[in-house]
Amino acid sequence: MSAQDRGTIASTGAGSAATPRAEPAAPGESSFGGARFAGWRAVFRREFRSYFATPLGYIFLVLFLLASGYLMVSRDFGRFLELRQASLDPLFTYIPWLFSVVVPAVAMRLWAEERKSGTVELLLTLPVTLEGTYLGKFLAGLSFLGVGLALTWPAVLQVARLGSPDWGHVLAGYLGCVLTAAAFLAVGMLFSALSKNQVVAFILAVAACVSFLLVGLPQTQEAVGLWLGGYAERLVASLSLVDHFETLTRGLLEVRALLFYLVFTVVWLAGGALVLGQTKTS
Amino acid sequence: MGEIPPVERAETLIEVRALSKHYGRIRAVDSIDFTVRRGDVLAFLGPNGAGKTTAMKMITGFLEPDAGTVHIAGRLVHPREIEVRRRIGYLPENAPAYGEMTVLGFLEFVADARQLADPRRAIDRVVELTTLGDVRGQTIETLSKGFKRRVGLAQALIHDPDVLILDEPTDGLDPNQKALVQDLLGSLAGNKAIVLSTHILDEAERICNRALILSQGRILVDATPGELMRRAPGHNSVLVAFRGEVPADLAARIAAEAWCERCAAVALPAAPGSSPAAALEVVPRDSENRLSEVLELVRSYDVSDVRLHEGRLDDLFREVTKGVAA
Repeated sequence: MSAQDRGTIASTGAGSAATPRAEPAAPGESSFGGARFAGWRAVFRREFRSYFATPLGYIFLVLFLLASGYLMVSRDFGRFLELRQASLDPLFTYIPWLFSVVVPAVAMRLWAEERKSGTVELLLTLPVTLEGTYLGKFLAGLSFLGVGLALTWPAVLQVARLGSPDWGHVLAGYLGCVLTAAAFLAVGMLFSALSKNQVVAFILAVAACVSFLLVGLPQTQEAVGLWLGGYAERLVASLSLVDHFETLTRGLLEVRALLFYLVFTVVWLAGGALVLGQTKTS
Repeated sequence: MGEIPPVERAETLIEVRALSKHYGRIRAVDSIDFTVRRGDVLAFLGPNGAGKTTAMKMITGFLEPDAGTVHIAGRLVHPREIEVRRRIGYLPENAPAYGEMTVLGFLEFVADARQLADPRRAIDRVVELTTLGDVRGQTIETLSKGFKRRVGLAQALIHDPDVLILDEPTDGLDPNQKALVQDLLGSLAGNKAIVLSTHILDEAERICNRALILSQGRILVDATPGELMRRAPGHNSVLVAFRGEVPADLAARIAAEAWCERCAAVALPAAPGSSPAAALEVVPRDSENRLSEVLELVRSYDVSDVRLHEGRLDDLFREVTKGVAA
């Protein structure tokens, strides 16, 4: 029955080749290259606003400021008041540890929510590339974290009132914070692309971020050296985010440290985009 | 935007060739072919899991096919090819949207991502078209199902695309909302190629000029709704109800006619309290319309009602798909 049906009626549209219609050159027409990240601005704008669309974003910022403030002045951690130095080191020292929890919380919804609610299908059938949306979301998350960092300005003000801080030092420290946020955000986004469940994405991302901090501890490096030899020890040490972060917070804009952050972030972003390409339809 | 392309009936807008997709061992879509021209409204009919949604995902470029091709207005659909997406409006299954955004904010985002030249005008147009004016400032998650579906339609229409792919556009809507969406699609049909999936066969009949019945990833039937109707079991059967008993010899006399395939007494369900009415069901051969012949034969009896049945697409649908589903 089916063959006959198709033979008799399907012919309404069969045969003739499709005729392409002349169309006006659309923006970003050159297929790849410049258009590789097509649509990132629109995605960035939507995503950044969405952090402030619910009270969650504000609550998050308040918690971040409370936690960073506590770590900075606490006698057990930053000891800002006891040190009596015009330096933001008490703040910077604990930022990577704080970020290892905070940044995955910012990253977890970025893809998991899109996939769970099905909006990923809507998003990726708009004239935007997967890379463009990935970049847009990354920059939106990073900007949101940037807002959080910017809101630590009272600490800067306080330091300036107490003495004359080394401003290059301060700026390099903040740069280190932004780069660490970017690196962890790239890690968190990969896990958000991997799991539809935000909580799972969060836990996996925290575990990964903490691992990259733990490899920087001398104890870890010694243990690895004992078990696997000096080569492994140096390899593990080279993966340590903390070492490179400390280079920057000491006020040293070392190319090696900057390059490390750049490569680390790009590799995780590219990996995340590859993962999303596989998981978007599942 | 704005400028409506001249209607060329012959223009093929969607061309699907040997399209296949497997999920493990399951053949979700199994080498399907069809074309849709400007002015066509094509319905995908089929049971759940027939491959309707998978096929639509491939047509819109969201899902990469294992084999086969889709061309939209002559351009190959491919995950890396984004220009072709400017020609397509897509309503995914369940009309997903960002719940925390307002209707207007959401449409602004879609207009932004589509880089529309005059987003304000485009948004005003679709808000009016889908009658979303009253809720434009509301967040999407607070809207009823009917409004959410219309928001999904609005984003699909915002760039006035040539090709519309709509996955169950009226699913879960109340009859009024259904009629509204159907009227809207009917008004758009003229100069677009529309593919929609539905469970509601009457809907296919109302707004589509072609219907594909899919089952297990294959096209079982490709016909106009009228042709489907003609093939529906019981098409053009006549029901004759009598006051009192069915005349004793009448059934046999009608059955003896050359054009009659079957004639038998049936009991009509009656209103509560009254006894069931006696009736004859006359099924003509080859589903020809034999109403006048039947009327002629029953003229001298005490007939209370005569009804001509068009047949039900549901019955055809069940008949066509049951062999495959088993």
